Amino acid sequence: MYTQAMDIPDESGKKLAAVSNAPSDQEAAFEARIDADGRIEPQDWMPEAYRKTLVRQISQHAHSEIVGMLPEGNWISRAPSLKRKAILIAKVQDEGGHGLYLYSAAETLGTSRDQMLEGLHSGKAKYSSIFNYPTLNWADVGVIGWLVDGAAIMNQVPLCRCSYGPYARAMVRVCKEESFHQRQGYEALLVMMKGTEEQRAMVQDAVNRYWWKCLAMFGPPDADSPHSAQGMRWGIKRISNDDLRQKFIDATVPQAKVLGVTLPDPELKWNEARGHYDYGQIDWAEFWNTVEGNGPCNKERLATRVKAHNDGQWVRDAAQAYARKQKERALKEAA
Amino acid sequence: MNTPALKDWPLWEVFVRSKQGLEHKHCGSLHAADAAQALHMARDVYTRRQEGVSIWVVPSVAITASNPDDKGELFDPAADKIYRHPTFYEIPEEVGHM
Repeated sequence: MYTQAMDIPDESGKKLAAVSNAPSDQEAAFEARIDADGRIEPQDWMPEAYRKTLVRQISQHAHSEIVGMLPEGNWISRAPSLKRKAILIAKVQDEGGHGLYLYSAAETLGTSRDQMLEGLHSGKAKYSSIFNYPTLNWADVGVIGWLVDGAAIMNQVPLCRCSYGPYARAMVRVCKEESFHQRQGYEALLVMMKGTEEQRAMVQDAVNRYWWKCLAMFGPPDADSPHSAQGMRWGIKRISNDDLRQKFIDATVPQAKVLGVTLPDPELKWNEARGHYDYGQIDWAEFWNTVEGNGPCNKERLATRVKAHNDGQWVRDAAQAYARKQKERALKEAA
Repeated sequence: MNTPALKDWPLWEVFVRSKQGLEHKHCGSLHAADAAQALHMARDVYTRRQEGVSIWVVPSVAITASNPDDKGELFDPAADKIYRHPTFYEIPEEVGHM
């Protein structure tokens, strides 16, 4: 999974304009390294705005992985076979792992895990709006793997070359695992398409509901992405929203054909001159409405996440009490 | 929302040996209450696909790192000592591999 949120402002972005008062030779060294396509590591000097942009992007990315466990988690107990259940558990566990890699990467920038969780749980921080839509039937699980994770891969592969070392390294790990997510989804849909008329209709219905939302995952059009240019300049973002979206569409159309489904866009057609598929208008009003918290599942997702966290409090307390006791015992024995 | 989650769980650095005969390599970090829990979590987080045969966890605070500001002082002196590399020496072709 991933976040579309590269350009989504939230609370942490408000102080973005802060001007650093660091000596200019440090700034020059930073700029020179960026220009040479070098990497920045946690201990290196970096402009405050670079740090804040990364904290916002990486934490939103991490939140998306964690919240992304919920729509699919709903289907673990209802998977159609033991095999599909095992696969889904493995995938959901991967998403949890991806969240942890990313939280760790964000922590190297001086933010704490608690601060980030607080941001998520209080609703201050954003996560990918794709997870604020419901998973209505089993075909949705396949479509999430094929399209949502497919879009994620498009976006995450260039992030492996991000200028911030810990983020890039986390993304390398994530990308290695993401391919399984997309393939298992596509294969689950292939199986359904070989089934009954009703099953084929389920797949088509899921594709119809998710297609446009997946295109919106890449974020607003380049013209409306105020942070994009700076992100590109800093080597945090490597490919623009619109270019990634186009890449995704070009890659997905032939896959839909093999699968035997149609994509719900009458304007979708090959443009010989451009060498790309043309596509219709994305409903950005709906996208922003969901980002603002008014999507069909925003409240439910956040409530589920907060409840899971609170229900786990006793486990964290117990682990800590146990660790403290063990330490005291060791000290006593040594004395 | 009060989330007193992990602030008291220290940070650990995780090193994984991918196969017998190779070195342990740093692969990431995580929060855990103690060393045993850190090992358990490292196994779940970093070795879900047989990425390792052995794990080390080290409290992050136990690591002393060189200061990036000292990079020049520490590492640049090696730059002009090219005679430390075998390619510095020209050996007649007829000697063959040496």
